[in-house]
Amino acid sequence: MADEALFLLLHNEMVSGVYKSAEQGEVENGRCITKLENMGFRVGQGLIERFTKDTARFKDELDIMKFICKDFWTTVFKKQIDNLRTNHQGIYVLQDNKFRLLTQMSAGKQYLEHASKVFNGIEDWDFHREEYSANHNRGLNLE
Amino acid sequence: MSRPAHRRPEYRKINKDLFVLTYGALVAQLCKDYEKDEDVNNYLDKMGYGIGTRLVEDFLARSCVRRCHSYSEITDIIAQVAFKTYLGITPSVTCNNPSRTAFSLILDKNPLVEFVEELPAGRSSLCYCNLLCGIIRGALEMVHLAADVTFLQDKLKGDSVTEIGITFLKKLDEKKYRRKK
Repeated sequence: MADEALFLLLHNEMVSGVYKSAEQGEVENGRCITKLENMGFRVGQGLIERFTKDTARFKDELDIMKFICKDFWTTVFKKQIDNLRTNHQGIYVLQDNKFRLLTQMSAGKQYLEHASKVFNGIEDWDFHREEYSANHNRGLNLE
Repeated sequence: MSRPAHRRPEYRKINKDLFVLTYGALVAQLCKDYEKDEDVNNYLDKMGYGIGTRLVEDFLARSCVRRCHSYSEITDIIAQVAFKTYLGITPSVTCNNPSRTAFSLILDKNPLVEFVEELPAGRSSLCYCNLLCGIIRGALEMVHLAADVTFLQDKLKGDSVTEIGITFLKKLDEKKYRRKK
């Protein structure tokens, strides 16, 4: 197990590094988010490959979402997702009331202005089913 | 500032795969952004420096280490306490010069390279774990010790071990603390 403080600091440095390079060039905000998303995509892909090595094939989308909210989130963030909402048409909203990557910052009002940058930097976890069938990729929106 | 609530030790740990994969994604992105290995190495070192200056506070708050009286004590603390706390490994320490200002940390296990088979083609002088050098350098600077920290040997480059060299330079804070009698 690695230490949380080290990971939090690494994540902060990554976000600030990406935004600093954006300030220097003429890259607009969207590109920074894409860079961070790409990094998160790689990480999510690697994690899922390792976690689902021995699990059974997922039956449907809801099964995938349940896995993400319970097993995946617990393994990665040591807690489950607090609330999962859906419109039954392919959109899912995951709510985490105490997201570990943001708790240090959200405790007071000091960093409200910069919070949005870090929030966008929380990697989007994209999830591929084991057999990589094209219809089953979903991006997750964190609320 | 209010005192942070007491947290159980398990809460302070995160999944190691997450950390290792995140670091790998970072290095991969830097390789995309910079063509020269030197630039990637410098960027990792700078990042590590920023992390180290903050990490040292967390370390000192948690580990309650006593004041050190020699460079070898400091290096021992880095190897046996800091590395153990943050990465779960304990590198061994060797001294490199008779005046005891240059030391080496020999890492036989390096969690950061767990998923790395080999350096990418055309990246033969990339120091994959250069972040660690920056962290050590930043942390030492915050306790008023200037040091040069580099990789002397790297398993990824074909050497037999991974060796980080720490060379202590002249102290930044020259004034000695004098007690008023």
